[in-house]
Amino acid sequence: MGDKVAIEISRELYEKARKFIEENGGFKDVSELVEFLLNEAISDESESVGMTPEEEEKVKERLRSLGYI
Amino acid sequence: MVSRPHGGRLVRRVLSGRRREIFESQYREMPRLEVPLERAIDAEDLARGVFSPLEGFMVEDDYLSVLSRMRLSNDLPWTIPIVLDANREWVLNEGVSAGDDIILTYHGLPIAVLTLEDIYSWDKGLHAEKVFKTRDPNHPGVEATYKRGDILLGGRLELIQGPPNPLERYTLWPVETRVLFKEKGWRTVAAFQTRNVPHLGHEYVQKAALTFVDGLLVHPLAGWKKRGDYRDEVIIRAYEALITHYYPRGVVVLSVLRMNMNYAGPREAVHHAIVRKNFGATHFIVGRDHAGVGSYYGPYEAWEIFREFPDLGITPLFVREAYYCRRCGGMVNEKVCPHGDEYRVRISGTRLREMLGRGERPPEYMMRPEVADAIISHPDPFI
Repeated sequence: MGDKVAIEISRELYEKARKFIEENGGFKDVSELVEFLLNEAISDESESVGMTPEEEEKVKERLRSLGYI
Repeated sequence: MVSRPHGGRLVRRVLSGRRREIFESQYREMPRLEVPLERAIDAEDLARGVFSPLEGFMVEDDYLSVLSRMRLSNDLPWTIPIVLDANREWVLNEGVSAGDDIILTYHGLPIAVLTLEDIYSWDKGLHAEKVFKTRDPNHPGVEATYKRGDILLGGRLELIQGPPNPLERYTLWPVETRVLFKEKGWRTVAAFQTRNVPHLGHEYVQKAALTFVDGLLVHPLAGWKKRGDYRDEVIIRAYEALITHYYPRGVVVLSVLRMNMNYAGPREAVHHAIVRKNFGATHFIVGRDHAGVGSYYGPYEAWEIFREFPDLGITPLFVREAYYCRRCGGMVNEKVCPHGDEYRVRISGTRLREMLGRGERPPEYMMRPEVADAIISHPDPFI
């Protein structure tokens, strides 16, 4: 099961999430859905931008050359 | 952390590497569609993530959904259709169909590759009524709609190169502002949309917003203008003067955004906010009669529409229009000033233009002298 911790959510929300998975698929269980949503909410900015460190350095170079940083 | 891109992921669709080489070897055999500057700008904005999560011009499902409910077909808020039009003759002559790759050209220069997913017709009258709330051809957005082709082409695109940009030095794309805000350590950023030189009313509004956030993005829209408007470079010079002399160091980023203006009032206010969210802004200053023209929209309609979008992901800031109050002795707004109309001096853009056009500095309660000088010193500040 790996290094996991338990969290508490309301029964009502849990049932809604379970129904959502039943109807839409995509997730094995509610835990997987919760983990996905939490990741979405708090994941690092660079993940949503999808930039490699090299690309980010190139952007910084341009910003420096233009005097922004 | 600044705002996450609209829809969760920043779109980046610029052709590069091996894929670019393949397309370059095939350019000549592909159907070509010459587009006006407005569409070439849309194509670059799409590819560089300004319109995330859109990856290309809208297919019919999304277009109709945006028209009728101001949301994409996946329910994400989206208020202005981003569509590519073509003439029926071109479609028939080229015999294009879904799955074909088309080269979009501007003045013959290849701009983008569009992978066609959908070819559909549109009702321009209905489009005008929904987007602009009028079918009146005197409205500039409606007029422009009526002049467009009868067929719409939807599909994902990849940018080859953007159209020539005289303001490239001042143009930052979403990926760049995001890195910049991160470097500055800003967690909250208010964006200010403008098409004008700054007077004291603008400064008041911006500083009111800046009181609550880490940084300010002054984001003039560059591009098509009407006669009598300030030139883009004049707006930049004027803002540079204001920022240098009247803003704390390091709290403002000045960058231009090349994006088409539709004058769609409330719908466009939401659109402007979504776009700024993609640049990383967490807050967006919504002006009185934002993106309005003539008297097609009520002065606060652009504020009211935001109530329909609790899931926008960027916070609108409704800062009231500022005026100079002779009793207060400073810039205020009607929410904070108890004095009557006889004390209020409203800053008229027309009056400012007249004075500046004559080479006169406006009074200091209207415009900072350094800003006025930056405008006056330009040999030809108006279009």
